[in-house]
Amino acid sequence: MNKVLMQGNRIIGEAAIRAGCRFYAGYPITPQNEIPEYMAERLPEVEGGVFIQSESEIAAIHMVIGASAAGVRAMTSSSSPGISLKQEGISSLAACELPAVIINMMRGGPGLGNISPSQGDYFQATRGGGHGGYRTIVLGPATVQEMADLTMDAFDLADQYRIPAMILADGMMGQMMEPVVFKEPKPRVYPESLMMRGAGEGKSKIIRGLILDPLEMEEHNWTLDRKYRVIAQSETRHEHYKTEDAELILVAYGTAARIAKGAIKRLREAGLRVGLFRPITLWPFPTNELREFAKKSENFLVFEMSTGQMLEDVRLALQGYARIGFHGRPGGVVPTPIELTNVVMHQYDRKGGVIEQYQ
Amino acid sequence: MKKVFERPKSMKKNIFHYCAGCGHSIAHRLIAEVIDELGIRGVLIGVLPAGCAVLAYNYFDVDMIEAQHGRGPATATGIKRALPDRVVFCYQGDGDLAAIGIAESFHAANRGENITVVFINNAVYGMTGGQMAPTSMLGQRTTTSPGGRKSLLDGYPIQVSEVFSLLPGTSYIERCTVNSPASILKAKKAIRKAFQCQIDGRGFSLVEILSPCPTNWKMTPIESCRWIDEVMSKTFPLGVIKDLPEIKKKGDKRHDG
Repeated sequence: MNKVLMQGNRIIGEAAIRAGCRFYAGYPITPQNEIPEYMAERLPEVEGGVFIQSESEIAAIHMVIGASAAGVRAMTSSSSPGISLKQEGISSLAACELPAVIINMMRGGPGLGNISPSQGDYFQATRGGGHGGYRTIVLGPATVQEMADLTMDAFDLADQYRIPAMILADGMMGQMMEPVVFKEPKPRVYPESLMMRGAGEGKSKIIRGLILDPLEMEEHNWTLDRKYRVIAQSETRHEHYKTEDAELILVAYGTAARIAKGAIKRLREAGLRVGLFRPITLWPFPTNELREFAKKSENFLVFEMSTGQMLEDVRLALQGYARIGFHGRPGGVVPTPIELTNVVMHQYDRKGGVIEQYQ
Repeated sequence: MKKVFERPKSMKKNIFHYCAGCGHSIAHRLIAEVIDELGIRGVLIGVLPAGCAVLAYNYFDVDMIEAQHGRGPATATGIKRALPDRVVFCYQGDGDLAAIGIAESFHAANRGENITVVFINNAVYGMTGGQMAPTSMLGQRTTTSPGGRKSLLDGYPIQVSEVFSLLPGTSYIERCTVNSPASILKAKKAIRKAFQCQIDGRGFSLVEILSPCPTNWKMTPIESCRWIDEVMSKTFPLGVIKDLPEIKKKGDKRHDG
């Protein structure tokens, strides 16, 4: 039987192991503790499986770097403040073109913030997050099923593009239980020539991020940039829901998209034609796909559990094509479908006006 | 004619970028000689620090990965746990190990990670231009302790080897120097022993090398070598600090508590 009822955090752990993850290092932080707990229990049962509870988030990501360099599928997980600590290593993974999967179960911030679900790390995740100018692939699941699927996909994408890939969800997604069917993992495609396992009789390898020569450093940056362009062109994913006749299209991801679907049901019952555009890849953002929807509707409302972060990507996609409204609640407050329903009703008929909170 | 001296096979044919009188090049050569003698070049992975030795991959002809500043022991942990049959060593300076990376080093040692750390202690930040290090001597003038290191302001030089020797996970720790032919031979023996310790699966091994830095000490190479004997080794006494006997295969519960 492949169908299980499991909590989101544990699903991520199981999906990772099924995808061939054999190395996990992490540090406890709420609301993702079930991931290291699950890995501590399950990884030693799998051949070659290594679990380490590290002394810090920083150590965890650098252990992942080591395991990844050694050619093992490796993962770490954390929540917002811990992800900030990991950024040094994520930047390093990007520089050295090493694959790894990083899970961020977002919580309210900034600073230590709280432990409630939030979407306040969108900027950090989709803009690279650390120093130096790089990207990570960012996947935003909205169901526990999708957490399983996207975790498996994250490993494949990370290998394919030799890039860190992040699952960006929140405390609510991590704690939620839903039935899940695990898909068959794809066989790993990652050349042995990239693995650092000792030189044997052959030529020795170097993995490094330090490139002192400015022109060489520039060329390395252009190489990374070309890779990012390929990803941006070929890896965008999105879902659209009841958009065929929509007068107003909500744009939301993750938990916010679930709330939006609840609101859309109510709004449809009230006779309002409202649909949802849900980015699944947050980087690369499905810019062109979203722009296509501006042909159908010119009334868009961005809904996030933040003060407006994805809003900027929606603006870049739609500016000049459509009106963009915004509703958001930061700090770990989870808005209700009723609240969103009221906001949408307010904007639905205001075709002339723009009710953006942040210009 | 019989060849009596040659470049170690695990060294590349590049000229060291290190300053005249620097201890890094000697330490590099000793490590390379040990790698050759133990025949481990093919199964070895080196983890490099930030600092003067960041470019060591230009000299070692072995697989090498460059860690972020201070994170070497964490990266080495990842490699060693993923590939337990490989030999993994970390090359670290005093800022790398004892300041920014103290947590990673301390916990790798405490976990008894079966890796070898070669710790170059030159009491100063070399690559950045001679700032105070956690191992700078009391009274030592550096660019960030222009009036000399004061314990009230800057704390005391950290005796990494002594501190680590208290951790049950560490198996072999020795402090050496490279300021004379005799001390160089001793340092090589220590490095060899540390690698052997790892090969035998005995857990964390560390060799601390008091290493001259004439450029930042503002001394001649000869004065630097003398300063190690007369000043540095008073705070950092040389010798074997810890050497646990080999683990007996059965019945030894050292790592099981």
